[in-house]
Amino acid sequence: MKTFRIGGVHPAENKLSSGESIKPAGLPKVAVFPMGQHIGAPATPIVKKGDKVKVGTKIADAGGFVSAPIYSSVSGTVLKVDTVIDASGYAKPAVYITVEGDEWESSIDRSPDLVHIDKVYELEAKDIIEKIKEAGIVGMGGACFPTHVKLSPPPGSHPTCVIINAVECEPYLTSDHRLMLEHPDEILEGVALLMKAVNVNQAYIGIESNKPDAIQLMSDKAKVYHKFANIEVVPLKVKYPQGGEKQLIDAVIRRQVPAPPALPVSVGAIIQNVGTAYAVYEAVMKNKPLFERIVTVTGKSLSHPSNLLVRMGTPMQQLIDECGGLPEDTGKIIGGGPMMGKALLNTDVPICKGSSGVLIMNDKESKRSSVQPCIRCAKCVSACPMGLEPFLLSKLAEAENWERSEQEDVTSCIECGSCQFTCPSHRPLLDLIRQGKSTVMGIIRARHAK
Amino acid sequence: MNVILIAVLVLGAIGLIAALVLFLLSKQFAVKEDPRLGEVTEALPGANCGGCGFPGCGGLAAACVKAADAGSLEGLNCPVGGQPTMEKIASILGMQVEASAPKLAIVRCNGSCENRPRVIEFDGVRSCKVMNSSSMGETGCPYGCLGCGDCVSKCQFDAIKMNAETGLPEVDSSKCTACGACAKACPRHIIEIREVKGKKKMGVVVRCMNKDKGAVAMKACKAACIGCQKCVKVCAFDAIHVDSFLAYIDPSKCRNCRKCEQECPKNVIYGLNMPVLKPKASTDTKSPAVTTSMSKPSPASKPSVKSEPFKPTSTLMPVCQQMLLTPSASTPLPHPGKPTQKVDAPESYNSMSNLMPVCQQLLLKPKKTTAE
Amino acid sequence: MNKLTVSLSPHVHSGDSVSKNMYGVLIALVPALLCSFVYFGLGAILVTLVSVASCVLCEWAINKYMLKRTDTSVTDGSAILTGVLLAFNLPSNLPLWIVVIGAVFAIGVVKMTFGGLGCNLFNPALAGRAFLLISFPVQMTTWPKPMMGFFNLDAETGATPLALMKQVIKGGDQAAQAASELGNTDFLSMLTGNTGGCMGEVCELALLIGFFYMLYKKIITWHIPVSILATVFVFAGLLHIAKPEYPAPWLDLVSGGLMLGAIFMATDYVTSPMSKKGQLVYGIAIGFLTVVIRTWGAYPEGMSFAILIMNAFVPLINNYFKPKRFGEVVKK
Repeated sequence: MKTFRIGGVHPAENKLSSGESIKPAGLPKVAVFPMGQHIGAPATPIVKKGDKVKVGTKIADAGGFVSAPIYSSVSGTVLKVDTVIDASGYAKPAVYITVEGDEWESSIDRSPDLVHIDKVYELEAKDIIEKIKEAGIVGMGGACFPTHVKLSPPPGSHPTCVIINAVECEPYLTSDHRLMLEHPDEILEGVALLMKAVNVNQAYIGIESNKPDAIQLMSDKAKVYHKFANIEVVPLKVKYPQGGEKQLIDAVIRRQVPAPPALPVSVGAIIQNVGTAYAVYEAVMKNKPLFERIVTVTGKSLSHPSNLLVRMGTPMQQLIDECGGLPEDTGKIIGGGPMMGKALLNTDVPICKGSSGVLIMNDKESKRSSVQPCIRCAKCVSACPMGLEPFLLSKLAEAENWERSEQEDVTSCIECGSCQFTCPSHRPLLDLIRQGKSTVMGIIRARHAK
Repeated sequence: MNVILIAVLVLGAIGLIAALVLFLLSKQFAVKEDPRLGEVTEALPGANCGGCGFPGCGGLAAACVKAADAGSLEGLNCPVGGQPTMEKIASILGMQVEASAPKLAIVRCNGSCENRPRVIEFDGVRSCKVMNSSSMGETGCPYGCLGCGDCVSKCQFDAIKMNAETGLPEVDSSKCTACGACAKACPRHIIEIREVKGKKKMGVVVRCMNKDKGAVAMKACKAACIGCQKCVKVCAFDAIHVDSFLAYIDPSKCRNCRKCEQECPKNVIYGLNMPVLKPKASTDTKSPAVTTSMSKPSPASKPSVKSEPFKPTSTLMPVCQQMLLTPSASTPLPHPGKPTQKVDAPESYNSMSNLMPVCQQLLLKPKKTTAE
Repeated sequence: MNKLTVSLSPHVHSGDSVSKNMYGVLIALVPALLCSFVYFGLGAILVTLVSVASCVLCEWAINKYMLKRTDTSVTDGSAILTGVLLAFNLPSNLPLWIVVIGAVFAIGVVKMTFGGLGCNLFNPALAGRAFLLISFPVQMTTWPKPMMGFFNLDAETGATPLALMKQVIKGGDQAAQAASELGNTDFLSMLTGNTGGCMGEVCELALLIGFFYMLYKKIITWHIPVSILATVFVFAGLLHIAKPEYPAPWLDLVSGGLMLGAIFMATDYVTSPMSKKGQLVYGIAIGFLTVVIRTWGAYPEGMSFAILIMNAFVPLINNYFKPKRFGEVVKK
């Protein structure tokens, strides 16, 4: 079975909610839409206090090419345009909407019927990308890179295949897994659309072998599409961080993307998350902009870990309440998975386009162990999927030796956390490397600006 | 015998040849150095602290020589040696150095543990930089001090210390050289290298960086600037400006009158290296208090001073100045005479502080008084 | 609800720890330790106990009274490990006060002066052994014969196979006698440890069991041990082919401290290179140096010196042999 070739770790999977089917979550009282839900320029609000909005009404325009518009997920009145503390831990501009009823924009096709594949080929690539851009779709895996930008590779590059990231290598998270089990046809339609958008005839869906049911189902369904498009399901050996873009390309097509600033497309691959494929299908075929997503709400101490279909802007508190309430001994709330997710300051943080999960950790789980001296065991070196030397990079960052950090390729770090996960001395390697990376990136940017 | 002779001769010859080679090489590859460079380096303290912004004293010396050739030594300063050192350097280089105002690093946050409760626990590297990159820190304030002491570890002069009680760094103004290392280390730019006045390095500063709206700021911290504009209104010198709900006092315009300090409802404004002001009396008595104290103590203090062989020149001067410098020093002055006037008990701080407008006028010109 | 904790990702940990690794190595040492007890009896037990106790005590005392540290604990197992490994490198009839000197040198000088765990340049146990070997050459090179009775502390002593090999190589009048004596020791008895030698190094089979245990537990990787053993086998084999009086390569593999060194000493985390490439280079160099010292050096055994020499090169190796970066070589 295939997997990526350098490094990797095996965190305990803890997929508590993999057997729970997707349930729609209740509507919030007030929905909050941060304007910076994606990488790139934040969106600019186009509503003001007192405006009436419906489900699917655009409330913010894209702030640039690398940006995405934001749509209301509820119907009601705009309460205010203010700030909210989002997953980054800092207050960001946001639109608050008081929910009244549930009235949808009439343009959205709400019928459950599958729009058939034939229709895909009536569309032009340009139109598909335009629709994706207009629907505000961003990478649903967590990085939130606007999808239309990814689908418009720089001139001179030749994409040869689309790789669908259905790896879900983060422990605990099961939203992609459930999505594949419950909406396989829609995903495959979405994949076909993505293939059409970049004009390739080969797609791979990478799924880790810990989801045999999804592999089986997707392979069976993909056969139906063979006469239209070559979609292949690739089972992958379980290893973290397989869901990393570069790692997935290496695992599926055995090519390694060179160091930054090279893009995945330099080896001919366009990577999209499986959730993105689903959103693309809905946007293009059903005219439904991105305002809903599947969120895994989980945690060992939570009474009902589940997968919820959540309107964006819903505060996390409400989702937690729907899953049995916040346990007494909660020590940490994480937006996303335990390896790369962000610890949240409170439960009022709204669900955004990139929120793949809410993870509750109890007091004991949430504390780090005391740091011991580095014993130079080189386990971080073996674990690093980018072939870096985390022990060295962290020491260089501590010594603020940025020049050497750059020579040691600190900018290649993908911040997957494998080094810190594996360190027997419990050293805060990634904390420091991240510091080094951001400083060195700043230095490089300043150099280019000159 | 012969053997010894040969050995001596051979070694001697080798030595001679080597010496010759070394001599020639040293002539050939001699680096021409500006003779002033050595002199300037000599004049510097030689601590190689990097406080000047150059890597070591040699770096500053080279910069000075270069700057002198360009015509001005402006912007170059040795924080350790201070003015005398720079004057020495200037004389070596045949330049004039302008007297620069004393500067001091000040911490613009008063979010002590009491004012700003810790609502979050941060688990990770205790470094402000790391904490700042992860989240807003352990308190609800996204602008305030993170309390991990990046500034403390960067100080070469042991001038900044963490106060365990407040969780905030404190600058020892007698040790601070205003080198700016701490300001550079602070990821939230809370530490400002600020012009201060007088030998005591006095100044009036806004101890807050919170740019949130009043209500939000107040929720995060009891001592946050809420942008109420009261200080702006009271300032007679147009020194205070409020930008995004945060006041800033321009040190070049401020005359240390401390009116704003009294006016501030959140005690955000603080007189640095000045005696503690008593909390303002209730608002209704405010204006009369000012007027009465303005008129009353001045004549009252006159006789008491006259009876003393103390300060013959300016009658008011000693009182105010003593008051301003050291709080304890104010008591001995009025005491010797009979406590006939108001300015005797410690409570007099209140009335005395209302004297400020007068004092301030006196302080404007930093006349050196003999009291020190 | 209590205060929420905020920290940067990752929020989970593998659960690995320094002490788990150290105790893992100790468990891997148990078979060899038991073998040494069986072969050398009470003497071996005493040497081990004294060595471990003085190592732990020395580290504790230095931490507490000289470095005034409160956070580092001696319970992480590193001092115990050094103690056991040092004992493994000593003959079981060594006077106990010499053992104490070796332990104090290993911990006090080689480990703690550099800053304690993780900072030392040289393997403490090996440096301790080298120190004792130079300071007390006579005591350090008289090895008791194995299986001479449990309580028999004044056991008959004899030469080790390696010493015999050396004599054969040197030639001269004793060569013929040594050769005949060497002929009596067969491969199997050397593998099981029924020969003279240091406490821990005799039973290669037990050491191999430990090696596989550590591989299974992922405490070490195969790179260093395998590269050392392979290099020794190839290099010694070439010498044997060129000149038959040099020992056969398979005898070289099972004699002396080669196995112990390759499996437990050279793989010491702190003093071995970080990258896989570097580890291979390090292993090959150790193997090469070992054979060179064994064949042409003054001492019959070259393992410990080879490792110590290469320890000094580790920072250099780390600098020049970087792990392969992702995307460095684009291959299909």
